[in-house]
Amino acid sequence: MTVVVNGETRELRDGATVVELLSAMDLSAEARGIAVARNGGIVLRAEWVNTTLAPDDHVEVLHAVQGG
Amino acid sequence: MRSRAAERDDDLVIAGEHFRSRLILGTGGAPSHDILEDAVLASGTEIVTVAMRRITRSGAGSVLDVVERTGCRVLPNTAGCYTARDAVVTARLAREALETKWIKLEVIADERTLLPEPVDLLDAAEQLVEDGFVVLPYANDDPVLAHRLEDVGCAAVMPLGAPIGSGSGIRNPYNLRIILERARVPVILDAGVGTASDAAIAMELGCAGVLVASAITRAEKPVLMAEAIRKAVEAGRLAHLAGRIPQRLYAEASTAWEGIADLTAHTG
Repeated sequence: MTVVVNGETRELRDGATVVELLSAMDLSAEARGIAVARNGGIVLRAEWVNTTLAPDDHVEVLHAVQGG
Repeated sequence: MRSRAAERDDDLVIAGEHFRSRLILGTGGAPSHDILEDAVLASGTEIVTVAMRRITRSGAGSVLDVVERTGCRVLPNTAGCYTARDAVVTARLAREALETKWIKLEVIADERTLLPEPVDLLDAAEQLVEDGFVVLPYANDDPVLAHRLEDVGCAAVMPLGAPIGSGSGIRNPYNLRIILERARVPVILDAGVGTASDAAIAMELGCAGVLVASAITRAEKPVLMAEAIRKAVEAGRLAHLAGRIPQRLYAEASTAWEGIADLTAHTG
């Protein structure tokens, strides 16, 4: 299936979880300083492992940068 | 030396937390993490802001490494949000990523002025306080809005001196004075500082602290400016505590008139 991650399309297996997406991005589920939003709502860290993505989901994977 | 000891106990207190420094450093605009780290140390700050953005693969290290090495508290912001909804979601994402319930709340109206959007700002502040956040809102220099933000439970109010990055100082010191007179939470000047004297003026007026980003990070020599603004904040605070003399149109002699000699050229 195709999902949109940080504005770019990405292919994942059907029913892939947030953890699998992060893994495909070389990010560990334990990585600190990261937050995930899906279709405009937050996915809590504790829910990453059980949250399955659907085709055309819009996912944002964010971290802290210089700002403010 | 008792008075000096009292000065050293003059902490900035936000939501029950004590800080020795009254300068908050915004990290946006620093040329590199190395320069940022040196500037953080030179500024003496204990609170630094960060923003939440899409993760990219770069080997540049993380701003969080700087935060960790310098021992500062991280204060995430909601920079770039135009609506209460976006700001609330961004605050929750920051809380999730950084494990802090502190948030510098920014809801801006447009890109050209970067002025706060007051209606959505108040709405977002209320939602976030309800959700347990320690909310520090970047606000207009409007005494009414500042009061409303305090009423909904913000831990501080952060009125602007002038638009973000404009470096044009405190454009409306009269409004700031009204805000300061009525506030029961710390008032932190946010945005507008261009150089050390602007920070000193904010502190002399009675601000509890000053948040500075561009004036330091975009200065020709950020580390030197960080030190200058640190000293300005300290000097301004001391001057505020010391109580300045009133401003007068005419002179007020500092030397007593009594006992003045009669130097007329008397002739016998």
